[in-house]
This record gives sequence, C-alpha cells and structure tokens, in this order.
Amino acid sequence: MLADIMLGQYFPGSSIIHQLDPRTKIISTILFISSVFLAESYEAYAVVSGFIAIILALAGIPLIMILRSLKPLWFIIILTLFIHIFTTPGTVLYSMGIFTVTQEGLRQGIMMSLRLIFLIIVSSVLTFTTSPVTLTDGLERLLRPFKKLGLPAHELAMMMTIALRFIPTLLEETDRIMKAQMARGADFTSGNIVRRARNMIPLLIPLFISAFRRADELAIAMEARCYRGGDYRTRMKELKIKAKDWIAYGILLLLIGTLVAVRFIENKTF
Amino acid sequence: MSIILKDISYIYMAKTPYEKIAIKNINIEIKQGEFVGIIGHTGSGKSTLLQHLNGLLKPTMGQVTVEGQDINSKDEAALHGKQRVGMVFQYPEHQLFEETVYEDIAFGPRNMGMEEAEVERRVKKAMEFVGLEHEQFANRSPLQLSGGQMRRVAIAGVIALEPAYLILDEPSAGLDPRGRDEIFGQIIKLYENTDITVVLVSHNMEDIARMANRLIVMNDGQISLDGSPADIFRDCQSQLKKAGVDVPPLTLLMNKFNQRGLTVDESVVSMDAAIDSVLTAVRRR
Repeated sequence: MLADIMLGQYFPGSSIIHQLDPRTKIISTILFISSVFLAESYEAYAVVSGFIAIILALAGIPLIMILRSLKPLWFIIILTLFIHIFTTPGTVLYSMGIFTVTQEGLRQGIMMSLRLIFLIIVSSVLTFTTSPVTLTDGLERLLRPFKKLGLPAHELAMMMTIALRFIPTLLEETDRIMKAQMARGADFTSGNIVRRARNMIPLLIPLFISAFRRADELAIAMEARCYRGGDYRTRMKELKIKAKDWIAYGILLLLIGTLVAVRFIENKTF
Repeated sequence: MSIILKDISYIYMAKTPYEKIAIKNINIEIKQGEFVGIIGHTGSGKSTLLQHLNGLLKPTMGQVTVEGQDINSKDEAALHGKQRVGMVFQYPEHQLFEETVYEDIAFGPRNMGMEEAEVERRVKKAMEFVGLEHEQFANRSPLQLSGGQMRRVAIAGVIALEPAYLILDEPSAGLDPRGRDEIFGQIIKLYENTDITVVLVSHNMEDIARMANRLIVMNDGQISLDGSPADIFRDCQSQLKKAGVDVPPLTLLMNKFNQRGLTVDESVVSMDAAIDSVLTAVRRR
C-alpha cells in the first residue's frame, strides 16, 4: 500500500533528457508550465501534447510510470473537469435539475484538466530523470544569486536533500509501527472519518518521536564531521552548462514562439 | 492446541521487477508449552516467518491455523485466533505513545473490549511480570524511562493481552548485558509460571541455547534444522556453519576439550552442566 507512492522517484537512465544539466531542466519545466497557459485552442493543445510525447519518448520512461504518477491526483483532475462543465455559462447542450452542461463548459473543462495533466507529467519527468541529489544541486545553484538578499540557498537545498532521503525510511517506520499497533488490536481501516483520525494517534505519536530522534542523531553525526553550512564548500561534481543545454533552451523557445504565434493568429481571425 | 504453518510461501512485491521470495514451503507446528528459538543470519526470512504467526502478513501460498482456526479467513473466529498470539517487535519501545505507563499497557486490552476492572487487573499483572512496580511506574510518562524500562513497558503491553503464544523478535537488541539478563529473566519466569508458549528470535546463539527447548535454524527462506538445541549443537555443526550461524561459545569450548583428548559431553547447554562434565572427565583420567 505504502509502496505505491511515487513522490520524487528517480528512474535511472542515460537518455539525452537524463544528461541535461539540472538547472536547464528546472528552468525549462517552469517555462513550459507557464507556456501551457498560452494554449487556448485545440491546435495549441495538439502542439503541446506532441511536444510532451516527444520528451517522454526521448527520456525512455515507461508509460505505466507516468500513469502511476497521475494516480494520486485523479480526484482533483475529475473534480476540475466537472466543476468547469457544470458552472460555465453558455450554449446549453443538456440540462437536468440544477445541472446544466454547456458547450463552453465542456470545452473549458477538458482544457483545464488537460492542463493539470500536462503539469503533473512534466514535473514527473523532471523528478524521473534527475536524481534527488542533482536536483537539489541545481536548485542550490539557481538560488545562489538570492543569497545576497538573505536567502539561505545552501541550507534550503540541504533540507530538501535530507527530506527526500528520509521518505523511504519513514515509510518503513510507519509500516513497522502500524503492524505493532495492529498486533495490539489497533484498527486503522474502519469507522467514520473522526474515529479513523482518532485511531491514527497511536501511529502518529511514535512516528513523530522517532522522526525527532532521527533528526537529532543526524544533526550530531553531521556536526561530528564538521559540517557547517554552505560557506567555502567545494564539490566533487561541478555543474556545467553544455551545448546540449543550449539546444534544449532553443527548442523550448521555439515551442513558446509557436504557441504565441498560434494564439496571435487565433485572436486575429476572431 | 498449536500453531500450524502449512506450505507457507511469501513473495515480496510480487509481479514487479523487485520481486523477492522471502520464505518458501515452510511447514512447522508450534505446540503449546514449547519454548521455540528461531535463529538465522540477516535476510534468512525469520521476521517474515514471525509476521505470519499472527496474520500481519498473509502468505502468498499456504495456510496458517491457530488452534485449528485459519487466521486469514474473514470471519470473527479468525480475529479470535489472531488474538491468541501476542507479538513483540524489534525495538518495541518505539511504539509507546500514551501519556502514562498504565494507559499504554491498557491500550491492547481496551481494544479487545475489556471491562475497566479487567483492564486494571491485566495491567497490574503484566507490570508485575516485567518487574515494574505498579505504584512507582503506573503514572509516569513512558517516554521518560530508561531504554530497558521502556522496553519492559512495551512487552507488558503485549503480555496484557494474555496471549497463549508470545512471539518475541530480538527482545534484547540494543540493551546492555544487565538489561538483557533482566528481560530474559522475566521471559523465563513468565514461561515457567504460566502455560504460555514462547517463540523467540535472536541472533545470540548462547541465549537461545540456554532458554529454548526447541531450535529452528532458518537459511535462505527455508528451515534448515529443527530439533532440540543439544542435539543440533552436537550433530549438526557443519549445517550450522552453512546457515551462517555460530555455535555457542560453550559448545566450541567443549569441542576443543574433545580435540585435545579430554572426552566431555558436547551437547551441554548450561554452564553448570559443562563444569560437571569437565570435572567427571578429569577425575576419570
């Protein structure tokens, strides 16, 4: 059950997408996510879908992994779809009681849910193709200019690395405590929502205690090895922007250009 | 009256690339009144096997019955069967959560729907068994006790369920020698004074040799040896080595005596018996 969680999972590989600099991938992801909001016509959606398909093919990630990463958010996607279908005013297609389906609503709903799906897929590709350590390295470098403004870039990146590192450990711990309490007759699966929340107490308290204990032990272990934050720290693998990163940026700009052009043409014809 | 495991196999993460067979074709019967020691190196399937004894893991294949009742069926009787088996996990003190020692030990009996008077009786009895003074400890926070005391509270929480079978996974891990002796002393006392059946997993062959009257050696997901500790130490030393398990230091010492030409009994498991055996052998010369 707990093994189903795909959060921040890295899918090792050596594809061209894997080889890109993490900074390139982070910036591209952000740019791409914003550019999705430029798309408002079926043509533009076709362009975006095509682009995503090519990226997925290049990265060599099995389709089943992508579908699994969408799984936890199915509910939100469906909800978005229905809210838009039922609440957008326009030409009525079908009506039953308080529910009216409009042509505009249908269109809006499909597009909004597609946008959500695009967002999830693209950010999954980022975490699938970039190992957590590289990802936080990239993030640290990107945040470095803000250090002058007092942003603790290194510390933030370190916190993220540690958090990612301990997800599997804590899942294992949860499983163990759950079993121990179940052996004492605890019930985590039945009853209404209030009751279920109350029944979680025997699980959550030991989990918190052990998380704090681990944090404490880790802090001591780091200090014992003279860890003192990011100042004067050098690294074994320096990040370098290479030719392929520039090519990636070029392709992305091309996509954004196309989307802007499509939108411009549309607005003119209306 | 017994726990019977019939053709048990368990596969972790079945049908994925990470598939791993943890145990295969296990057939054992744990009879009432036995003190069973289970030993095996890391990854030999001990913990997986233990979790089948009270239904925490459902076997991929095979059937587990407690006193004739299949505990993985869906009816009320299966639940009753599971409640006959008490399970103490590794580092059980990590599961403590209540504000007082009393409340934490009472958690299990209350979940079973006991009357408050019965809960109190059981908590008092369980605390007595693990050697915690009721007056002194009942109202203290379990999180402020020493490591050894916390572990005893956790074990008391399982004993309070009054199981017919008590399963302990490495109950002495991480304790100093004194804490270890205390825990084992209380387990032995419990075993001798009640008709409880104990299943104990340990890395420490010496402890198992001293306490258990039946020894099961696990290797590679299967049972490689099953018998009385004395017999196994005397006859099966090569198999023990193959399973990656050490013979207890006492047996090693007796081995050495024999190799040097002093004929002593190699199957002794207690210090006193060893001394006797050596003395007789020396006098005979």
